[in-house]
Parts: sequence; C-alpha cells; structure tokens
Amino acid sequence: MMLKIENLHAGIDGREILKGIDLEVNAGEVHAIMGPNGSGKSTMSNVLAGHPAYRVTGGSVTFKGRDLLSMNAEERSHEGLFMSFQYPVEIPGVSMTNFMRTAINEKRKALGENPLPPADFLKLVKAKRDLVKLDAKFMNRSVNEGFSGGEKKRNEIFQMAMLEPSLSILDETDSGLDIDALRIVADGVNRLRSAETSVIVITHYQRLLDYIKPDVVHVLYQGRIIKTAGPELALELEERGYDWVIREFEGSVG
Amino acid sequence: MKPEQNYIELFDRNRALIDSGSARVMNGLRERASECLKLYGLPHKGLEEYLHTDVREWFLPDWGMNLGRLDMRVDKAQAFRCNVPNLSTLLYFLANDEFACSQTASRTSLPEGVFVGSLREAAESRPEIVGKYYGRLADMDRPGIAALNSMFAQDGMMIYVPDGVVMDKPLQLVTLLQSPVDMMVNRRVLVIVGRGAQLRLLMCDHALSANGFLTTQVTEAYAGPGSRLELYDLEETHNANLRVSELYLSQEQDSSVEADYMTLHNGRTRNTVSVMLKGRGAQLSLNGIGTIDREQHLDIMTFVDHRVPDCTSNELFKYVLDDSATGAFAGKVLVRKDAQRTSSEQTNRNICLTRSSRMFTQPQLEIYADDVKCSHGATVGQLDERAMFYMRQRGIPEQEARMMLMQAFVGEVIGRVALEPLRDRLNRLVEKRFRGELSQCEGCRACR
Repeated sequence: MMLKIENLHAGIDGREILKGIDLEVNAGEVHAIMGPNGSGKSTMSNVLAGHPAYRVTGGSVTFKGRDLLSMNAEERSHEGLFMSFQYPVEIPGVSMTNFMRTAINEKRKALGENPLPPADFLKLVKAKRDLVKLDAKFMNRSVNEGFSGGEKKRNEIFQMAMLEPSLSILDETDSGLDIDALRIVADGVNRLRSAETSVIVITHYQRLLDYIKPDVVHVLYQGRIIKTAGPELALELEERGYDWVIREFEGSVG
Repeated sequence: MKPEQNYIELFDRNRALIDSGSARVMNGLRERASECLKLYGLPHKGLEEYLHTDVREWFLPDWGMNLGRLDMRVDKAQAFRCNVPNLSTLLYFLANDEFACSQTASRTSLPEGVFVGSLREAAESRPEIVGKYYGRLADMDRPGIAALNSMFAQDGMMIYVPDGVVMDKPLQLVTLLQSPVDMMVNRRVLVIVGRGAQLRLLMCDHALSANGFLTTQVTEAYAGPGSRLELYDLEETHNANLRVSELYLSQEQDSSVEADYMTLHNGRTRNTVSVMLKGRGAQLSLNGIGTIDREQHLDIMTFVDHRVPDCTSNELFKYVLDDSATGAFAGKVLVRKDAQRTSSEQTNRNICLTRSSRMFTQPQLEIYADDVKCSHGATVGQLDERAMFYMRQRGIPEQEARMMLMQAFVGEVIGRVALEPLRDRLNRLVEKRFRGELSQCEGCRACR
C-alpha cells in the first residue's frame, strides 16, 4: 500500500477543516479528489505535505508502511512524497539550478548516497526539461520569478520528474492553464506514471482528468469523503455539478 | 564630567606630543577642531541623526591613545593572511593608525605621480597636495566625529592618483587593531582621484586582539571630473569593537563612484556617508549589507546632496538581524532647487530573524527641484514562510532553506559589487557567516 489515511482530523488556526478522512491509495493508482470550493481539498494536500501551519488533531496516515505524520516536510519529501503547488512560490535570488541541485543532493544525503556528480546532474536536468518542454534558460533564473502561469506549472512537473517521487499530489495543477500547457503538464505526469508510483490529483474541474485518467474518483465535502467511485463519476460531476452528491450524502446520514 | 571635556583636556595637555608625532598640515587643523568639539560636542541620542546610537557614550571610558607613537609591534605579515582569491591587490596596512607597506607593494613601482603611503609622510613630502585637500570635506561644524578625529589623528593613509592615470590593480588597505590593552585609535584616510583617473580601493577592517577598541575613521575622497572610484569597506571585527566612521565624498562632473559597506562581523558600528554631487552627470552607487547577531549594533546614515542637474544616485542597503541585534538605517537625499533631472533611488530592506532583534529605518527625501525622478522604499520583515515551505517540500531541510533565503536576500547587494573576485569572496564569506562559521575576522591568524 502506498498511502493509508484513517479518520484524519486536521485544521488551521484552531479551526477543524478535515473531519475524518479515510483513503487508501495503492501503488500504481491514480486517484482524483474533487469537490466544491471550501471542501478542504487544499488543506488535505498541505496536511499530507507537512505544512507547519496545519495541525493534525486525530487519525493516522501511513506512507509506504511508515508513520507520515511523525515526519517533517523535508523528511516526507526524502521518503518520496511530492506536492505540486497550486501557487508555486517565487524565490528571488535562488537560481533554479542551485535550488534543484540542493534538493536532489539533500535527498541523496538523507538516503545515505553521495552527491550527484555535476555532469550527471546536468544530464538529468536536460532529460527532465525535455519532458515538459522547459527551456534551458529557466535554469539560470530565480525559482519561478517572472515565470508565466503555464511555465510555473511546467516547472512543478519538471521538479517532480527530477525528484522521482513515489507519491505525487497535484494540487489544482490545472488552474490558470491554457489548453496547450495543460496537455504538456498532463503528458509529463502520464510519462512519469509507473506500477510503483501513485498520483493524487486534486481538482475542482473535470478538465484535467480528460488527460490524466484516474482509477478512482472521490468527492470531498465539508472535510469528509462523501462518495467514491470509478472514473465515470468525474464526468457525471462535470455534467450535473456537486449538488446531487451532497443531497445523496445528506439523505444517507439523515 | 562630559566626555568632551576629558578629551579637550587630554588634548591641551598633550598638544606638543601629538604634534611631534604628526605633520604640520595635520597639526594646522587641530586648534579649530578642538574649538568645534567644544561647540558642538560628541553625537548623542538627543540628536535626530543619532537617535539609535549614543556615540558619546562610547567615549565615556578612559580610553588609552598611543599619542607617543610607541611601536605596538603589530606583525602584519604574520597576523594577517588575506584570502580574497583571484584578487591580486597592492596590499597596504594601517596597524592601528600607522602605515605599512606589504613587500610586494613596496617592490611595485607605481605609475608616475601616484602616491600611496602614510598620510603623515605625505603631509611632509607633498604639503601642496595634502594642504589642498586635507580637512576640506570633513564637516566639523556639527556634532560628529570629524572634530575629535582631527584633533587626535596623527597618521593614516593617502592615495593620490593624478589626472588621467588608471590604476589597474586594486589597492587593498587592511586596517589592523592590536594592543595589549583597550585602546582608542583615530585614523584618517585621504583619497584623491584626478580628472579621468581610476582607482579601486578595498578597505578591510580587522581587529587582531580581543580587547576593546574604539576607532574613529574619517575618510575624505575626491572624485575628479570623469573619474572612476570604487570604494569597498569591509568590516570583520569582533563584539568588543566600537567603530565610528565618516566618509566625505565629493564628485565632480561625469565622475562615477561606487561605495559599498559590508559589515560582516562587528561589535557596535556607526557609519556615516556624506556625498556631494557637485558636477553635472555625476553617478553614485551606494550599497551595503549588514549581517549582525548577538548584541551587535549597526547604524548607517547616508546623506546624498544633489547640488547640480543630471546626477544619478542609487542606494541599496540590506540588513539581516539575528538574536538581539539592533540595526538602523537613515537615508537622506537632498535635491536642491537647481538639480533638475536628478534621478535618485533608495532602497532599504531588512530581515529580522527573531522577535528580539530590532531594525529602525528612515528614508528622508527633501526635493526642491521639480523635474526629478526620485523613489525610496523601506521594509522590515521576516523570511518568506511560503518560500520556506516550498523548499522544504522539495527536500531542502529547514536550516538549509533559511540559509539559502538569507543568502539570496543579501545576494542582491553583492550582485552590485563591480569588483568580481570580491563578489565571489563576499558570497562565500556571507555563507560562512550565516552558517555561524565566521565568528571573527576571516584571515586573521589571531582569531583562528
């Protein structure tokens, strides 16, 4: 099992947002988590990635057999968890090359490996840039600074490719993307898929799921997963909206 | 008793001794200097320009001065190994206030007409130059350090680059403080760059012994028409060090000056920079970084006086404050009525890493011309938490991420340093500083 979330409660600033999440993701699977605004989608990805501002108040998360919640953000990353940010952060003065080299080598250090020789690093960069059609010039620029919306998202997938995570959480990766950029990003994600890696796609719209085909679709509402079904659910949500699922759920809990 | 009185009495008692250890041109200024100190006093917290630094308080202890010019036996070569790599400089020393030449520098023949040496010696051998420039820029008619410095300064350094001469090699002046007891040092630097001449001067301020020092340094610099002057001031002293420096810079037509202040390690420091843009088309780039922690204190005040049209001034100062450090920056820009088409930009950005660190920043623009482009900005903040999380998510540990963000922050200033090998060196020094590896002065054997 890649990821097992049991009765997860979490929030921020004393406000509980996740109110008992249960989720299981197997290796090789793609899960989509959909839901209306304010349902807790971003909180969930931030909590899984270990954002220090969020507090876990109950439940457990097991990642590849280990207790995820006992690790800090960088340890989770070293263990193979990656989150693509909805709003990638600009870091003036830190070049992409420096940033990426540090990230790669810190991971290797944590795994007890030697730093990647510079020539190998450059080769790796070249290969992974090609995957998302990211121009070489970006490597000398400050992280995300002055990147367009599409370039920022491609940069996220480039970093994902560089770090070769076992679990990738794509947080609203489709927001602010035109159709061409969306294709490039989705294509990159698809080419990184394997039987050993899993992806959680968090999205408000069905659009991205046309390109990244999920195995399982969940609906998140008021901090709980209220419905889980196959890929056909995404299409149905696109057509009919969320109201019917919510009504169905509220009917069932009375 | 007010400290001023102490020093005036000390001066009166030792006048003959002071004079005999100096030169006529320098001695000629002392009487008026002492009158000015009587009138205006030492700068204290009651004055707006010294709100955050009570310099007068620093003068309260009974500091010893080496007025008899006893040989302090500072072993320059042994004590100091400068390691700015790839930077081949002509190296000079001021041991406390006494000038010395490195072996290489003494063997190098300088271009004709160039003088680099002891100010006292210059005042004897070239009174026509020193007499023309010494004490002309330093403003003693106000509370400051110029008056006291002029009373007691017996030596220092003079650099004279005549018209049209380009000094290829940068000059490096290493100021070393060494004494078996606490001591006050008053030194003086005079820099004259003639018409179309070029000079790069790196001043490294170090303390070799761990006892307390109070240094006053007054630098007068003249940039002639069309000249280029780069002035780098790098402080790497220790926590018991008190430093008051004043730079008076005058720029003629189409001159271009870069003056950078880098306080990497210190005790308590007050740097005052006063620039007169008096010739059309003069350009000034004035920058600084301060990396301070523990109880360290850094106060920089700049005053840029746009007197004539078509001049440009650019200022960028950045501080990183840790622990209980305190910092202050006050930037005054005066654009006089006739200084049309002035372009002036001033930025001061600061990061307080802890709740107990404090930063005071005050931009001050006075504009009397109507066709100008002037801007200023000042911020005090913390490291960007969003960037921190982003980096940690990618596997960069918190400490490393902090380091990278701090380095990137001051990197913007270092990027402005024109002297490339110094830029590389600064990046490394700053990294060491942030990693806590630079506790005192890099390059001083005594501190290793």
